Amino acid sequence: MFPNQFDYHRPTTVAEAVGVLQQNPDAKVLAGGHSLLPAMKLRLAAPSALVDLSKVEGLTGISTNGSVVIGAMTTYAELRDSAALKAALPIVPETAYHVGDPQVQAVGTLGGSLAHADPSADFTAVALALDASVKAVGADGDRTIPAEELFVDLFTTSLAPDEVLTEIHIPAATGRTGMAYEKFRHPASGYAVVGVAAVVSVGVDGTVAQARIAVTGATSKATRATAAEQALVGKPLSADSIAAAAAVANQGLELNGDHYASAEYRAHLLGVYTRRALERAAASLG
Amino acid sequence: MATAVPMATRIPVRISVNGTEYAAEVEPRLLLVHFLRDNLGLTGTHVGCDTSQCGACVVYLDGKSVKSCTVLTVQADGGEVQTIEGLAKDGVYDPVQQGFWEMHGLQCGYCTPGMIMSAHSLLQRTPNPSEEEIRHALEGNLCRCTGYQNIVKAIQYAANQMSGAGVSGNGSGAGTHNPQDVGDWKGELAGEST
Ligand SMILES: Cc1cc2nc3c(=O)[nH]c(=O)nc-3n(C[C@H](O)[C@H](O)[C@H](O)COP(=O)(O)OP(=O)(O)OC[C@H]3O[C@@H](n4cnc5c(N)ncnc54)[C@H](O)[C@@H]3O)c2cc1C
Ligand code: FES
Ligand code: FES
Repeated sequence: MFPNQFDYHRPTTVAEAVGVLQQNPDAKVLAGGHSLLPAMKLRLAAPSALVDLSKVEGLTGISTNGSVVIGAMTTYAELRDSAALKAALPIVPETAYHVGDPQVQAVGTLGGSLAHADPSADFTAVALALDASVKAVGADGDRTIPAEELFVDLFTTSLAPDEVLTEIHIPAATGRTGMAYEKFRHPASGYAVVGVAAVVSVGVDGTVAQARIAVTGATSKATRATAAEQALVGKPLSADSIAAAAAVANQGLELNGDHYASAEYRAHLLGVYTRRALERAAASLG
Repeated sequence: MATAVPMATRIPVRISVNGTEYAAEVEPRLLLVHFLRDNLGLTGTHVGCDTSQCGACVVYLDGKSVKSCTVLTVQADGGEVQTIEGLAKDGVYDPVQQGFWEMHGLQCGYCTPGMIMSAHSLLQRTPNPSEEEIRHALEGNLCRCTGYQNIVKAIQYAANQMSGAGVSGNGSGAGTHNPQDVGDWKGELAGEST
């Protein structure tokens, strides 16, 4: 299989990349290519031109000085192996280790995952739970988009066609914060049939001050499980409060069913994986 | 539609494959696996699924293990590719190849080049992997014949050779396999089911 014809551009600056996107309305950015190229081979996508970001300066790297900043072209392998992230935000390298397989991790990028908004992607949920935002650069300069506003629907984001996602920002965790991501892997692809990311902060009185729980795989876009979050706030993080949160995880969410897993089955998995994510988040509090 | 699509501009590329520089002008849509197989005749790299799942097409690109059915040739411009053909040195197998030979790590052999390349990459990062680490490293490689048991053993054999023989992690100068080592090592496997 091979894709339709397209023109290939390899800019060296973000401004140049934006320029090419503006001149070619149905051009697409090429990052790791591990969502885009398979879609093009199946002729589900047929962009007239690709704008390869691999030679654009300044789009990779991880900084953990206070808040965490990750360049859009940083690969899963770089996230997985980052000692700084293992210390500052262990949920990120852990999640990267479980994306697809080592070859996907070698080339797939964090920016690509968030810009693609696959309903079964892992990092969409993790970005929501970590309260991340992205920087997008377009013809009129740059803007910051919170993850909550980035994901619009199935494979749809609020990025404009001529915008390049350049950075991911994650605020520093405050106080005692535990975090974990748990997924039920699709046995063939590794994508999340259901994935749950939980980030929980506990105050000095030992009760939950803030809980952010986000779901992927089960919904048309990564979504916060607000009922489960509310079930935890103000309670001590215990087996009881975790069970109560898991029991309401699917409340208010519209769950997908497909040939692999029905909506009922996903509702069941959502409870189980919410519990597991919270248990591990609690254990990681130390 | 067919008549309206103009030929995309061909792009000049320079790619080093197994240490030899190649210059070519390619269509942007030419996949790396086809460049290797059809343009260079290096048919050791296989196409299995063509949908990024099976790993039969795994090669190194700039030291990273990648699925060459999901990489454009133009993305490899200026880069270094190593394929299964580049592993043996002076007719001596790399320890991973030797491991597949010794431990019967293949049946039909279709998945084998990709398996060996993925295993090679694992052993670069993790010279003494646990069985779980080996199986995790093979997530992207499918085998329809062996049931994986002997593939895992082949990789354990290679890890053992590379550390036991004091061979450096990059596999160069490796393949100094001597049959007595196999006997010793099989002893350690005693009790494991096959
Ligand atoms: C076999 C296989 C298994 C996989 N398993 C998993 C899994 O378990 N979990 C998971 O989460 N994912 C999985 N993936 C998907 C993988 O993570 C993709 O690499 C990722 O979703 C997209 O990142 P990319 O860098 O490859 O982006 P690309 O494929 O290059 O791009 C994807 C889309 O985003 C756009 N885009 C990319 N970067 C930018 C940017 N900086 N600015 C603006 N737009 C941009 C592109 O134009 C394109 O539309 C799997 C993929 C494969 C092939
Ligand atoms: S042919 Fe490339 S992954 Fe199957
Ligand atoms: S040996 Fe036949 S597919 Fe692996």
